[in-house]
Amino acid sequence: MNVLVAMSGGVDSSVAAALLVEAGHDVTGATMKLWGGASDSGCCSVADVDDARRVAQQLGIDHFTFGFGDDFEADVVAPYVAAHAAGRTPNPCIECNRHLKFDRFLRRADALGFDAIATGHHARVERSGGAWHLRRGTDRAKDQSYVLHMLGQRALALTLLPVGELSKAEVRARAAAAGLRTADKVDSQDVCFITATGGRAGFLGPRLDLAPGRVVDGAGNVVGSVPAVQLVTIGQRRGLGLPGGSDARFVTGVDVTAGTVTVGRAEDLLVDEVVVGDVTWVDGPVTGDVEVQVSAHGEAHPARFEVTGQHAGCVRLETPIRRVAPGQSVVLYRGDDVLGGGTAA
Amino acid sequence: MVTYLDHAATTPLRPEAREAVVAQLDAAGGNSTGSHALARASRRVVEEARDEVADAIGCAPGEVVFTSGGTEADNLAVSGVLAATGGTVVCSAIEHHAVLHPVEAQRGHLAPVTGSGLVDLDALAQLLDGLDDVRLVSVMLVNNEVGSIQPLAEVAAVVARHAPAAVLHTDAVQAAPWLDLRVVAAPAQLVSISAHKVGGPQGVGALVVREGTPLRAQLLGGGQERERRSGTHDVAGVAGLAAALSAAVAERHEAVARVGRLRDRLADGLLATVPGSVETGARATKVAGSCHLLFDGIESEGLLILLDQVGICATAASSCASGALEPSHVLAAMGVPRAAAKGSLRLSLGATTTEAEVDHALAAIPDAVARLREREPLVERSGGARS
Repeated sequence: MNVLVAMSGGVDSSVAAALLVEAGHDVTGATMKLWGGASDSGCCSVADVDDARRVAQQLGIDHFTFGFGDDFEADVVAPYVAAHAAGRTPNPCIECNRHLKFDRFLRRADALGFDAIATGHHARVERSGGAWHLRRGTDRAKDQSYVLHMLGQRALALTLLPVGELSKAEVRARAAAAGLRTADKVDSQDVCFITATGGRAGFLGPRLDLAPGRVVDGAGNVVGSVPAVQLVTIGQRRGLGLPGGSDARFVTGVDVTAGTVTVGRAEDLLVDEVVVGDVTWVDGPVTGDVEVQVSAHGEAHPARFEVTGQHAGCVRLETPIRRVAPGQSVVLYRGDDVLGGGTAA
Repeated sequence: MVTYLDHAATTPLRPEAREAVVAQLDAAGGNSTGSHALARASRRVVEEARDEVADAIGCAPGEVVFTSGGTEADNLAVSGVLAATGGTVVCSAIEHHAVLHPVEAQRGHLAPVTGSGLVDLDALAQLLDGLDDVRLVSVMLVNNEVGSIQPLAEVAAVVARHAPAAVLHTDAVQAAPWLDLRVVAAPAQLVSISAHKVGGPQGVGALVVREGTPLRAQLLGGGQERERRSGTHDVAGVAGLAAALSAAVAERHEAVARVGRLRDRLADGLLATVPGSVETGARATKVAGSCHLLFDGIESEGLLILLDQVGICATAASSCASGALEPSHVLAAMGVPRAAAKGSLRLSLGATTTEAEVDHALAAIPDAVARLREREPLVERSGGARS
């Protein structure tokens, strides 16, 4: 097959490319240049593109750089800023997967005549029963199926995830054995456009009016303050200016318009249902018994799912969990199979 | 077969230049600043090259300062003059980054250009009138992206009237293969050239610094180049530069006519066969090797890869450090909307371009553009990501 590998300059996509070459595919590498501003973590610094290019040279494959900065700005950065402005807690990496890696990149690959794309994600794409399945990566600790939940049949049919069967240790060992310069490179963890020094406030400050907020308890008494109400997340318990000794120290509500943050006790956060919007499915809607995962490396909770609208539904949990911050992804599984997912309302 | 239409990026080594470079690499060359026999032999090669370069550009040999290329020559001109004179600098908005970035570092000022990619002389005069203490004006002879030939004599007249204390620098890197620098570069006190744009080796160039021009060296050391640029001579490189430049000068008349015909066939053919295509700027004010087009509704990044797949080497705007195409500051300065600028294609022809290469491009480009319009149509974005 003629495969275009998305190479971030990290070890996983380096090994993904190497495995495809080994398997005899006709492989080309490409790095998306998404962000031109400050970045000190993860994707698309010039040094990362250099790493990807050098790995491609070592593997004897062509490498291109795709400048998708305008798409990234429109589909990832602008919605990220808008979500914070509304007091939500967005997950830009998921939107990047949805709009950039598995849409924009896929369209470019198709235009250039490739049969498939590949990435270095730790998850598996398998075909059985006449359908494509998205499954957890073999290395459960590194499983990235959560961030790929938006993949449907069309994208899965065109996507290869070569490292999904490997543990992270195996990936590094293969990179080292092949002499790839990314073998010992640390994993990217954070949002690529948020710097360690500036933080979210440094990024959002110039892009929206960060406003200080009052912290109130359930009875409406002012008990603390925050410098920027748009940066507060449901469940947060630090940086609220609360006096010591109080057990009501978890954020249970954020109201950007009123400029208030409500705090309560840990048990006030517990919910037994999560309303989900923007739902997408791997292979059509599923209802009934599922497991639900609400963070990238969180555990899966037994639940029932009910479809309430075309792209909406409600998760009813067997055992209450901490409330999911609006904007976070809610992903439905059965065993290792991703069924689909959406965004917490 | 590779169809090479990226001569403005770099053009193949001429046989004369190769011979000169190899001869010098093989010679038991000494350091040209020494006094023994081998050193003197190297120095002689450098000075012969200097005579040859001076003859091609139309200056005295002592006015030629060898550099590591066009970028260093441009940097030396901008930073070297300002270091000697103080004051401020003005350049055109469509200069190569090798001028633009040093000018920005000096907090200099940009002169606007017209929609044809020519310096707007009235706007330049106005800009100069509004500034105090302009000591350098830098306007390229030929733009590297769209091929427009700047009216340097008129620019010099404007500078003489509106900023009499300023010296004029011209980046003649793209002009050297096509124009007689003895004539067109004459109004400038400083002239940058690069070997590899005329068929010499990469990594060598020169800055002409006419006698009496204020300049402070930027590379300090052994005092070579009359203390204007220190560093051991790249003897093979300057020999290659001189040989290439002489060969280019000798065949220029014939090359301009021949390549101009090929370019016309290529540009006219594409404009006729690709719907939604326009030529950037006016052909009458472009050098013979330049064909620059805008295609509606596509991003040329995909187009360049499709062309690469069939063996056609071309480019669009300049690439940023990552290798991604960055929005063209040249097209932006010419008033081309950002979305339209994304569909730009630069096909640059050179002395070695053949009829078969033009045929190949004429056959492949319409299909590639059509494929992209169908599979990867341009999505207009309001965002302006930095690159």
